[in-house]
Amino acid sequence: MKRALSINRHLTQRIGFTVITLMAVATVIPIVAVVIYIFLQGLPAISLEFLTGFPHDGMRAGGILPAIVGTLYLTVGTAIFSVPLGIAAAIYLAEYASDTPLTRTIRIAIINLAGIPSVVYGLFGLGLFVIFLNFGTSILAASLTLSIMTLPVIISTAEESLRSVPQAFRTVSISLGATRWQTIRRIVLKEALPGILTGVILGLERAAGETAPILFTGAAFFLPRLPQSPFDATMALPYHLFVISTQVPEMPIRIQYGTALVLLVFVLTMNLVATVIRSRARAKRQW
Amino acid sequence: MEKSLNWREFVITRLIKASGYSAILFVALIFFFLVREGIPTFWKAEIASLFSIRWYPIEEYYGILPLITGSLIVTIGATLVAVPFGIGTAVYISEIAPRWMREILKPLVELLGGLPSVVLGFLGILLLSPFLRVFLDLPTGLTALTGSLLLGGIAVPTVVSVAEDALDAVPRAYREGAWALGATRWQTIWRVTFPAARSGVLTAIMLGVGRAIGETMTVMMVTGNAPVLALKLGSLFSPVRTMTATIAAEMGEVASGSTHYHVLFFIGMVLFLISMGVNIAASSVVFRAKKRAERILS
Repeated sequence: MKRALSINRHLTQRIGFTVITLMAVATVIPIVAVVIYIFLQGLPAISLEFLTGFPHDGMRAGGILPAIVGTLYLTVGTAIFSVPLGIAAAIYLAEYASDTPLTRTIRIAIINLAGIPSVVYGLFGLGLFVIFLNFGTSILAASLTLSIMTLPVIISTAEESLRSVPQAFRTVSISLGATRWQTIRRIVLKEALPGILTGVILGLERAAGETAPILFTGAAFFLPRLPQSPFDATMALPYHLFVISTQVPEMPIRIQYGTALVLLVFVLTMNLVATVIRSRARAKRQW
Repeated sequence: MEKSLNWREFVITRLIKASGYSAILFVALIFFFLVREGIPTFWKAEIASLFSIRWYPIEEYYGILPLITGSLIVTIGATLVAVPFGIGTAVYISEIAPRWMREILKPLVELLGGLPSVVLGFLGILLLSPFLRVFLDLPTGLTALTGSLLLGGIAVPTVVSVAEDALDAVPRAYREGAWALGATRWQTIWRVTFPAARSGVLTAIMLGVGRAIGETMTVMMVTGNAPVLALKLGSLFSPVRTMTATIAAEMGEVASGSTHYHVLFFIGMVLFLISMGVNIAASSVVFRAKKRAERILS
């Protein structure tokens, strides 16, 4: 009787573990399959002309250079605003702020920023940057919109990274006569850098792949030349993929997969860099 | 020297403080602009029309009920996909997987979180929707179900990472205690670890739901965008249109200041309030649980 019960328990465990493992497998396999499938379908479209040429024949032929360059501009533009602001905010939360109602309000605000739907960011960018500040539909307006969207990711990862630096490092630095800012800049930031960098790249990766926030703030359907200033609108890879897969009739499927592949490579590279930085920093860490 | 150092330190400290407060400023600004452009809806459009069941802006029908039900049905469908798979994966990663497997799985799930939603929408159009059309014998593959399945995939990384953190945070002593009493690992997971992480798992589910409601590009590409009231289970197999997709699809074509423009901002305001509600609820669950844990430990 007792033996039967125990076999029963172990049978339950075996079944349970199998089910859970299958669920994890069922979650992960589609991710891998999607990436491999896009590589296989997209590779034949990749050529020098595709990567460095302008689209022509109503975007049904030619290359996607303006979209690639546009996404680069938008990513850099987003970084210019969100990286310094995000890291400074993280420093404030990790090094200066004490647990006051104001600090709690800041935290709730960050949680809220992280949850706001991307299309609502688009509306906000349209209302504030495009219309109210009169930047027009431009790289500037789109970058600013994407920056605010990226901010919560950067702040929370950077704060976590700063907090993981042992308190003793700060104590020693201060006791040697360094000021608070000197301690932060030369000791804490230096130690936390890999973690901060990982967060920054993951945040920018999201910004690079977003479409909804730039729909009405900076994205152009088609441009015959590259943007000349931050006040120009721009093509962008995600928006271009959206356009050629839903708005252009009789679009060659090869170009669609090629565009998806370029976007995927862009995003995957950033993801890979972030993962490598993180694991190398973990391996090297001595505290 | 000493003096200039103090002066610099003062300025930098101020700048850092100001950056810290900026998050509050941005939330306030976003809310302000949504309200500023959204509230005129109440005198520009007729209130009765706003709560009707017809969305047809060209003829001044601004019924947002079909859009709300569209968002609801797609989100419920996505939750039904994301919660079991997300929590299952989190339990696997945190409790069952060997270490090397964990090191592979975590970055992969993170990768799914980083895949641009437009890429998933693109594959939804080309692969998933033709498959569903043939498999379920539907007139079109662009349905609420297609959106739900993809959206479920998009919400999974959120659920996995938050739930896994919660499971991970359960002290090892709890598990060791259960094992010492003769529980199997499986019993320990479901009767000790999981209940101990309950509030974190609940947060994970709520954040996943929030992620699903707010997703735009994928649903716009694969749900067919028909603004019809979706109240029955059968609506899952027909085209619907969500609030987010409506804004994304129509904002580009409206004149700024028109009634249609204000109504779209009004929908954005509703979305903002929903996401704020979800997020505040999700974080208050965590705060409350923490307080309870502190009380027990003290």
